[in-house]
Amino acid sequence: MSELKSGSNLEKVLKAGYFAFTGECGPPKGANVAHLKEKFQYLRGCVDAVNVTDNQTAVVRMSSLAASRLMVEEGLEPNFQMVCRDRNRLAMMSDILGAHALGIRNMLCLSGDHQSFGNHPQAKNVHDIDSIQLIALVKKMRDQGKFLNDEVIDVAPKMFVGAACNPFADPYEFRVHRLANKIEAGADFIQTQCIFNMDRFRDFMKQVVDMGLDKRCHILAGVTPMKNAGMANFMKKFVPGMDIPDDLINRLKGVDQKDQAEEGICFALEQIEEFKQMQGVAGVHLMAIEWEHKVPEIAQRAKVLPRPVV
Amino acid sequence: MRLSYPSNIKIIQLPCTGRIDIIHLLNAIENGADGVYVAGCLEGECHFIQGNLKARKKVEYVKKTLTELGIEPERVEMFNLSSAQGARFAQIANEMVDRIRQLGPTPVKKVHAA
Amino acid sequence: MIVADRKPIQEILAMVKADKKILILGCKGCVTVCNVGGVKESEILASTLKIARKQQGKDIDIDVRVLERQCDTEYVAQIKDIVNDYESVVSLACGVGPQFLSEMYKEKKFYPGVNTTFFGGAVQHGIWEERCGGCGTCSIHDFGGLCPIARCAKSLLHGPCGGSTKGICEVNPDTICVWDAIVTKKMAAGEIGDLMGVKGFKDWRSARDGGPRRSIREELIQGNI
Repeated sequence: MSELKSGSNLEKVLKAGYFAFTGECGPPKGANVAHLKEKFQYLRGCVDAVNVTDNQTAVVRMSSLAASRLMVEEGLEPNFQMVCRDRNRLAMMSDILGAHALGIRNMLCLSGDHQSFGNHPQAKNVHDIDSIQLIALVKKMRDQGKFLNDEVIDVAPKMFVGAACNPFADPYEFRVHRLANKIEAGADFIQTQCIFNMDRFRDFMKQVVDMGLDKRCHILAGVTPMKNAGMANFMKKFVPGMDIPDDLINRLKGVDQKDQAEEGICFALEQIEEFKQMQGVAGVHLMAIEWEHKVPEIAQRAKVLPRPVV
Repeated sequence: MRLSYPSNIKIIQLPCTGRIDIIHLLNAIENGADGVYVAGCLEGECHFIQGNLKARKKVEYVKKTLTELGIEPERVEMFNLSSAQGARFAQIANEMVDRIRQLGPTPVKKVHAA
Repeated sequence: MIVADRKPIQEILAMVKADKKILILGCKGCVTVCNVGGVKESEILASTLKIARKQQGKDIDIDVRVLERQCDTEYVAQIKDIVNDYESVVSLACGVGPQFLSEMYKEKKFYPGVNTTFFGGAVQHGIWEERCGGCGTCSIHDFGGLCPIARCAKSLLHGPCGGSTKGICEVNPDTICVWDAIVTKKMAAGEIGDLMGVKGFKDWRSARDGGPRRSIREELIQGNI
C-alpha cells in the first residue's frame, strides 16, 4: 500500500497509523439543506470522515450522493454509503462515477435493510448484486479502470472502499469468515455494528488477528452511546443483530433517569479507551444516532481531539 | 329416553361426522336453512379416530366464509357429545333452536326462477 | 408446483356482479394439489357465490367444470361448445389458465379466481412454502442444495446479512434464514471454503428480468407452428 488509492483524508489518517475517529450523519427526510448543514457543524473538526446514510432502515431520505456532495462543499469528508436494495449494477456504477466527479472519495458498500422495515414497504427491491460483489465492483473500477463488462472507464473513480461487519449476528462462528471474504473482495476499511458486548468482541478480534485480517484492512469499532436504559432495552428486544448484555442495562438502570445519559456516555468512553489499545482495532466509528450535538463533547472527553491533519 | 327436542330440526345421520364436507354445510345454507349444526363424538373418542376433529375444522372454515359474506357465523356450529348422552342431545337441539330464533330467519332469500 | 391462494370472495363477487350465468372452471393440476382450484373448491366457490347472491334477493346460474389442465390448448379447447352459454367464466387455475382461455376465446370474459403466488411444495398438509424463483440458471448445488435467490429476502449470494436471529429471517418470523441454513450445513461438512471468494455476478437475462421467456424443443414440435 505505497500509493494512496483514493487520497481521502480517512485513508491518509489510517495509513499514517493514527487512531481514526469517524462519525455519522443521516440526511433529512426532505430537501432541508439548512438543517443538514446545521448537523455538519457539530461534526466539524471532531472526526476524520462522516458516514452519510443511504435510505437507512428503508426510510426515504435525501440521497446519500447529494448529501455527501453538500458535505464536501462544507469542507467535511463524507463516507458515501450505497445499499444494494435500491439500485441495479447500472445505477451503481453510474453513481460511483458521479460520486468521484463530485469530490467524494470514501464509499461504504452495504446490503441495506429490507424495504418491509421502512416507510414504503410496497416497493420492489433490487438486489441485482450483493454487498460483497459491490465491493469487488468498486475495486475493479478503481484499480483496473474498467466497468463490470470490461469496457474502459474514461477517468476511473478513486474510492477508499469500506464495508460493514456485524460480529454479533448469527451464526457467530461464520462472521469472521464473512469478514475475511469482504476483505478478500477488496474492502480497505471496515466499520463494525455498534458494540456493547465487550467480551464477545474481544473474542472476535482475537480470531480476526489470528487470521491476519487486521493487517490487510483497517477495522474501526462501532460505538453508540446509550441515552438511557429504555433505549438499551428497546434495542435489545427489537433491533435484530444486536447483542446488549444485561450488565449494561442494569448499569444504566442503577442510576437516576436524569443521570442515565451520562452513564451511557461513560460506558462509551471506557470502550473507546479500550479500543485504542486493542490489537487489530484501527479506530472508532461513533454512531450518535440523533445525538450529533453530543459528538464534540464525546470526542473531547475521549481525548481524540484534535484530529490529525495529514 | 323419550326426551323431547324441537320438531323443526331435520336430522341427517352419518356413520361419522368426518364424512361431512364443507359443501354439505354450504348447500344447506344456500338452500335456505336458517342454521346447520354438526353433532360429533367427544374429542378424543371418535370411533373413527379423528373424524370429529376434521369436522370441526370444516365448520370453522364455513363460519369464516359466512363472516366474509356478512352472514352470522353462529348459524353454523359444531357440538361434541357421546352417543350415550341423550339429555345432552336434547339440550343442544334446544340451544341451537333458541340461538337461531334470536338471530332471525336466514338472510339467504328463496329466489324464484326468472 | 405452482401455489395459489383463492381471491377474497368480495373481489370475485365484484368481478361477476353484472352476470347472471357463469361458469367456474377448475383445474386438476397444481391448484388441485394445493387445494384451491380443484373439483371440491370449484363447487365450494359456486355455493358461496350463490349464497351471496341470494342474500341480495337475486339468483345466479353457476355451472362447474374441471379441466385436466388449463395450460394446454388441447384441454382448453374442450369447452368450445359450451363457453358461449356463459356471460363470464371464473377460472381457478393459476395465472396461465385464464390467459390461455382468453387467447383461445377472444370475445369471452375470463376472470382469475385465484392469486398465483410462487413455485413451492407442501412442507406439511396445508402449509406450502416457496422454494424456487424461476431464475433460469439453477446453481443450488453451490449452496448446499438450497436456493439463496428464491429463499433469501435479499437474494444474497454471500450471506447471511446479519439480520437473522436464531436461524429466522428478520423480515418474517415464519421464514428461516436460508443463509443460516447454508452456512450451518457447510460448517458441519467442513466446506466453508466453498462459500469464500466472490461468486460470479448473476446473469438475470435468464430470469423474468430478461423479458417474457420461451422454451423451445425443436425435436418435439410437430407440423407447422
